Amino acid sequence: MDNLLSIVTFIPAVAAAILAVFLRGSDEAAQKNAKWVALIATTLTFVVSLFILFEFDPSNTGFQFVEDREWLLGLRYKMGVDGISVLFVMLTTFMMPLTIAASWGVTTRVKEYMIAFLLLETLMLGVFMALDLVLFYLFFEAGLIPMFLIIGIWGGKERIYASFKFFLYTFLGSVLMLVAMVAMFSDAGTTDIAALLKHEFESETFSILGVHVIGGMQTLMFLAFFASFAVKMPMWPVHTWLPDAHVQAPTAGSVVLAAILLKMGGYGFLRFSLPMFPVGAEVLTPLVLWMSAIAIVYTSLVALAQSDMKKLIAYSSVAHMGYVTMGIFAVNQQGVDGAIFQMLSHGFISGALFLCVGVIYDRMHTREIDAYGGLVNRMPAYALIFMFFTMANVGLPGTSGFVGEFLTLVGVFQVNTWVAAVATTGVILSAAYALWLYRRVVFGDLIKESLRTITDMTKRERAIFAPLVVMTLLLGVYPRLVTDITGPSVEALISNVETAQALAETTTQLAETSH
Amino acid sequence: MQADLSIILPEIVLSVYALLALLGVAYTGQDRMAGPLVWLTAGLFTLLAVWIGASGEGTRTAFGGMFNDDGFARFAKVTILVSAAAVLVLGQDYMSRRGILRFEYPLLVALAVVGMMVMVSAGDLMALYMGLELQSLALYVVASLRRDSAKSTEAGLKYFVLGALSSGLLLYGASLTYGYAGTTLFSGIIAAADGQAPVGLLIGLVFVISGLAFKISAVPFHMWTPDVYEGAPTPITAFFATAPKMAAMGLFARVVHDAFGGVVADWQQVLALLSLLSMFLGAFAAIGQTDIKRLMAYSSIAHMGYALMGLAAGTVFGVQAMLIYMAIYVTMNVGTFAFILSMERDGQPVTDIRSLALYSRAEPGRALAMLILLFSLAGVPPLLGFFGKLYVLRAAYEGGLAWLAIAGVVASVIGAFYYLRIVFYMYFGEEGTGLQTGRSAVQWLFLMGSAAVMLLGIVNMFGIEAMAQAAAATLVN
Repeated sequence: MDNLLSIVTFIPAVAAAILAVFLRGSDEAAQKNAKWVALIATTLTFVVSLFILFEFDPSNTGFQFVEDREWLLGLRYKMGVDGISVLFVMLTTFMMPLTIAASWGVTTRVKEYMIAFLLLETLMLGVFMALDLVLFYLFFEAGLIPMFLIIGIWGGKERIYASFKFFLYTFLGSVLMLVAMVAMFSDAGTTDIAALLKHEFESETFSILGVHVIGGMQTLMFLAFFASFAVKMPMWPVHTWLPDAHVQAPTAGSVVLAAILLKMGGYGFLRFSLPMFPVGAEVLTPLVLWMSAIAIVYTSLVALAQSDMKKLIAYSSVAHMGYVTMGIFAVNQQGVDGAIFQMLSHGFISGALFLCVGVIYDRMHTREIDAYGGLVNRMPAYALIFMFFTMANVGLPGTSGFVGEFLTLVGVFQVNTWVAAVATTGVILSAAYALWLYRRVVFGDLIKESLRTITDMTKRERAIFAPLVVMTLLLGVYPRLVTDITGPSVEALISNVETAQALAETTTQLAETSH
Repeated sequence: MQADLSIILPEIVLSVYALLALLGVAYTGQDRMAGPLVWLTAGLFTLLAVWIGASGEGTRTAFGGMFNDDGFARFAKVTILVSAAAVLVLGQDYMSRRGILRFEYPLLVALAVVGMMVMVSAGDLMALYMGLELQSLALYVVASLRRDSAKSTEAGLKYFVLGALSSGLLLYGASLTYGYAGTTLFSGIIAAADGQAPVGLLIGLVFVISGLAFKISAVPFHMWTPDVYEGAPTPITAFFATAPKMAAMGLFARVVHDAFGGVVADWQQVLALLSLLSMFLGAFAAIGQTDIKRLMAYSSIAHMGYALMGLAAGTVFGVQAMLIYMAIYVTMNVGTFAFILSMERDGQPVTDIRSLALYSRAEPGRALAMLILLFSLAGVPPLLGFFGKLYVLRAAYEGGLAWLAIAGVVASVIGAFYYLRIVFYMYFGEEGTGLQTGRSAVQWLFLMGSAAVMLLGIVNMFGIEAMAQAAAATLVN
């Protein structure tokens, strides 16, 4: 099995091709077939991807399951996973069958819908496995196409605006990264990520147009990558595309966006920004930390003022991603472990929250908070599940949300106490907006006429939530499931970064003394 | 002498064919023969492409260096011949149904192609001018092929007047160059302009570049493009967008490297500026267009900007990047125009992009192919159009033009908007009036084929990379 990764990556794409070529017609039977093919393919992908997890050796901090083939222009088709990426692969394969199952109610252009999601899964998996710079970019950017179509075709009223904003915003961020990649290619002569991780990029301070660039090329390259990943993450103040995209996307699109696509930004920081440009990262760390802290507080306050449920959860996502960037740029074991943990946990929790909104949206066709109230009277099961994920979102101990927030805060406290202090207020604010949302939607008397006939969750809906509940609890009470796998790789990453930063410091000092 | 003739045998064969066919048809069938003649000419193009592609090896020169047969010329010629053949057969159905399929059309195209083949092989300013004029004169006529349409004749006239102006510029530059270098041979000019060129020679260079920039419609010499694209019958527009662009780009590369390869720094700035302006104007001006032919005109202006970016690098890799970019560009445009040619309603051609409303419902297969082509034109991975951009970006960066690379990617984001707008009409729009497509199997074939190439080409680019590399190596030394 030396091409296990490729098999996992391309199973969904093959299923999409089968759908595109062999499935004819758009009657009910054809729709059913499309849904089943997609569900079987994504489930199969998950099952096969379990082999990766079982055979993965956490103590080995290098890349595993590596495949390497010649490609164009001296590029390589190289895939592999390490302790940092393997869990993101698992997150993707785990979430996709649930996403497909949550789309069972789609009735317009079902075949195209399933094809778009299957292709999207292939591209997302490729992002986490690619070990060639350009291959990574290829998967990273190509994901925009299906997502653009998903928002634009199956989205809400303002879908056109949202899809264009989503596409152009993220495209602009990434093309700057492309230029930096070209520069890295020219400088290092290779696009192999494993080799680039060992390559030392120029960090001599120079000045362009009279501006001194401390950290030199590394700082510029860091900024170029930052432009892409910060938009993808999204970080304040470039987060504005996310609420629009989330609100307009169909439920399944929101789930994929929140649970997986946002994680590409955090993964990118860990794979590229931090280890490849350690000096540039050091120069800009205070900026990133404060941006994260502002993001946490500001977007939490914005979330308080929302009247649309999806928008509220979208802003809460931005706030939670603030913990991730904060943890990553704390550059210590707790911080980075916590950031990865937070990303995985946020994948489950935010995905589940968007599904919760989807459940009532399917029944009432509105996301306005004011349209609801007193749902607990008619939907006790829903109230329970929504309560569980609200608490997880707040970061209640015992759920995975707590572990991620706590670890990142511990990590950043050692580096910058003030940032930690500001960020901690976000924990309180998140409790405020999440619980307030819950109260307005679920509690109270059922006075709205339109809600009198609303029905509780179906078996299918309950089945979708069950694995998410299990994962949230499991990671909450036994976080070592994650940290055992990520730990060694993170440790190696941090020691590399620190060595490189120390080395650059001594060279600068030497240069200063010799003057 | 005989050796010289054997080198330009393909050109001779094509010229003799065109003249004989002209004679023969004039006496016999006239326009009734036009259909078969289109296929015959396209077939001959293909044969010549195979012949040139398979036969030639090494570098040979004829007529005392006036004519080169090297890897670069062969690469460009094969691209020109194949795309011209494709466009000829693509438009046949469209033209015959509208009664404008005259027998002169394939023969004029054949003569234009002879001109293009001379252009990319030119080793002398005279040969350059001869090739260019042969091409241009034939193109002026085909632009106004629809004699009774005011728009078409206007297009032809505009093209002719502005084209003549640019030829004048070029000729003036050539005369200055001759005056200061004392020779019209590229090999002589490069010896005269090695490292330090006299000012007169540089002025000559700038005039020559202006004339050439006109032919590839680089900003600020682009004004004719949208009007000519819109006014000419669509098959002719498709032709304008493909083979002549490749030929003019090839000629551009020849002049700057073969004749002025010693003063790279002097023309690099000019090319970089042309490239920058073309990319941005192409991106911005296309946003407001509703006519798909005008939109493609601005799109081609932007694409020429990217190809020039590769050339501006001034390196072997830059030429290779430019060749790859052009080959991909031509393939994309053949597919896109196959689609545009098939757009019609009640037998009348339609070019308004709003008429594509919800086209994906009616024709999912064609819409998907067009979607792939549009994303490829926008340069979004994983499609081949992205790799074209990647090559020129790398060339520009390594040529010391990092600022141009950054500007280029920013322009590509702006440009993405108008390609997305077509996707928006096809996929997200409201129910519209039915557009009828799909009458011609040839058009379907080229649309699907082009889209498939964009998708499958990422595996190994069908070996184009190595060929372009070999071709570029023979040009730059």
